[in-house]
Amino acid sequence: MAEPTKTPTPAPASRAAAKKELPEHFKAYKHVWVFIEMERGHVHPVSWELMGSGRKLADKLGVDLAAVLIGGPGEALNAAVAESFCYGADLAYVCADPVLTDYRNEPYSRALTDMVNTYKPEILLLGASTLGRDLAGAVATTLLTGLTADCTELEVDSDGSLAATRPTFGGSLLCTIYTLNFRPQMATVRPRVMPMPERVEKPIARVIEHKLDMTESDIITKILAFVPDRDKATSNLAFADVVVAGGLGLGSLENYQLVKHLASVLGAEYGCSRPLVQKGWVSADRQIGQTGKTIRPKLYIAAGISGAIQHRVGVDGSDLIVAINTDKNAPIFDFAHLAIVTDAIRLLPALTEAFRKRLSAHTRDRIAS
Amino acid sequence: MHIVVCIKQVPDSAQIRVHPVTNTIMRQGVPTIINPYDLFALEEAMRLRDKVGGEVTVLTMGPPSAEDSLRKALTFGADRAVLLTDRFFAGADTLATSYALAAAVRKISNTYAPVDVVFTGKQTIDGDTAQVGPGVCKRLNFLQLTYVSKIVSIDLEGRTIEVERRSEGGVQVLRSALPCLITMLEGTNEVRRGSMQNALNAARATVVKWSAQDAGVEDITKCGLRGSPTVVKRVFAPTPRAEKAALVDPAGRPPADALIEEIFKLRPKLEADMFELARGY
Ligand SMILES: Cc1cc2nc3c(=O)[nH]c(=O)nc-3n(C[C@H](O)[C@H](O)[C@H](O)COP(=O)(O)OP(=O)(O)OC[C@H]3O[C@@H](n4cnc5c(N)ncnc54)[C@H](O)[C@@H]3O)c2cc1C
Ligand SMILES: Nc1ncnc2c1ncn2[C@@H]1O[C@H](COP(=O)(O)O)[C@@H](O)[C@H]1O
Repeated sequence: MAEPTKTPTPAPASRAAAKKELPEHFKAYKHVWVFIEMERGHVHPVSWELMGSGRKLADKLGVDLAAVLIGGPGEALNAAVAESFCYGADLAYVCADPVLTDYRNEPYSRALTDMVNTYKPEILLLGASTLGRDLAGAVATTLLTGLTADCTELEVDSDGSLAATRPTFGGSLLCTIYTLNFRPQMATVRPRVMPMPERVEKPIARVIEHKLDMTESDIITKILAFVPDRDKATSNLAFADVVVAGGLGLGSLENYQLVKHLASVLGAEYGCSRPLVQKGWVSADRQIGQTGKTIRPKLYIAAGISGAIQHRVGVDGSDLIVAINTDKNAPIFDFAHLAIVTDAIRLLPALTEAFRKRLSAHTRDRIAS
Repeated sequence: MHIVVCIKQVPDSAQIRVHPVTNTIMRQGVPTIINPYDLFALEEAMRLRDKVGGEVTVLTMGPPSAEDSLRKALTFGADRAVLLTDRFFAGADTLATSYALAAAVRKISNTYAPVDVVFTGKQTIDGDTAQVGPGVCKRLNFLQLTYVSKIVSIDLEGRTIEVERRSEGGVQVLRSALPCLITMLEGTNEVRRGSMQNALNAARATVVKWSAQDAGVEDITKCGLRGSPTVVKRVFAPTPRAEKAALVDPAGRPPADALIEEIFKLRPKLEADMFELARGY
């Protein structure tokens, strides 16, 4: 992707106008592909989220949406193929081979590169997961095409180009990036940035099988072992219904405990802005934002967080954002739904108590009725 | 053993400012640092060198001022520094960056000693794509080992390397071969300060400066803006929501009660959900 820092001025007109006629050999590139990421038999949810965005792009372009599946042959892969139709695929490209059972860069990038060169999609989307980033960078370089990483918005322009928007350096800007004269146009999107589309029961339609042009002896890297993470101590932030987070405005690690108390009373997950991780107050898997987790809760309560763009892109999908901040001009009030201008250190304990009462009063009501 | 570490000089993020009128990034006077993620790569490279012998070359592509970061890396204990700088490199996206860096790695290989391992950081804090590492790797046709948390062993005779790699839900233990490119995970080691001797050496050292031509770049059209398939078309401030946040007015009530009242007024169904959640269902 283009490094935004190089941009001397916003949208230099000469570059925007740089579009040439697409080279002849790229005109055959059609349809939208979503790479369905499978690891150890499970499809990463980001893949279904991308099917939702892919469907919209394909409809706008009037082309097919294809799911691309690469993996070891067997039940899990078959199930994922079937599932991809329930999430909107018109067809699926499948590369099944025992050497693809566990992820390795060499055979996966070979498979995906070959599939792109054979069937020629115009847009290729992948999740910005560890697997997706490892694969996308290698494939885009081999194909010598553009790759826009960690997008927060994907659109099709009036002339059919993919407009991929991502936050850019500087704390308050977004930039829209195009891959004008190369195909496919590649983009990665982080988990939970796009909404999960509705799953609709559908039969398997067209499946195109692609043979891997590689055997185990061609592959140098060998997997000696896989050590699963011992405790599932990693937070469930990304999928929580209610999230309470604190920022630098709380002033101290001690005050951050107020966030944890409220979260525990609500049965919610707690999170934070990046500076708190940098200070070592909170573990990195609790960070919310561009370089942390993206969340989509029903309720998000942010206390003492200013609302920088890198934080905002991680919470924009929340159904209700409540901001507590002493500064009535804090940027977070530009995208929160409810704002309360007050000292969070005083409000949080009161809020915890009031919620405790309210939610137990609810119990009484329910039992009474 | 010869190791190349790719580092990038980046503006110190905490201090970056955006011009309120033109929306451009104001770089003037913004202090720069070595991309923090790259320090883990540098440290790991030096540990490997200290264990099996050899040398560490740090490489950066950037403006002439990026020399500062290379000097810093020398004070930490790197043996040699190469600055790739040329106006043809300006405006490079990840594909063009990887083209130039790969050319420089080849030149370093030919000039000093064959390169066994290239290290990069996981990502930069300005570009923030995590794609330059894999890009350089493909260009060099090296074996790609991303998100490495530990180097278990290296066998220079047998040309093999064993690493632990973070993947979804666990750690892969991989055996691969040299030459390879490793993107190092953050927080995997404690970055050293560098000795007095390193600082003295660094002060005396010359940073090797290569233009595109010096580095043996074959096709200048693959560099910089011209070599970048991606085009930044628009830079803009995020739009505020149609309506700004509704301000909660306690109007005599305790503020906490007023806030809860407003929350459930806006989202009536939420109360039942939160009740279940609070009960631990
Ligand atoms: C490449 C890059 C990636 C980044 N990624 C992330 C990311 O993933 N997530 C992230 O969060 N940030 C990220 N950042 C950092 C981001 O730009 C901001 O610096 C950060 O979000 C600010 O954190 P904050 O809101 O907690 O602190 P501040 O910006 O310092 O805001 C503190 C707020 O608290 C308010 N306040 C003060 N006292 C009180 C009080 N008593 N009660 C209530 N409010 C009070 C203040 O008015 C202020 O609005 C990234 C930056 C860069 C450059
Ligand atoms: N201009 C550059 N010069 C040297 N190394 C770079 C440069 N840009 C990126 N890198 C390396 O590539 C890694 C990933 O960068 P990025 O793709 O920008 O997130 C960084 O951690 C660096 O090690």
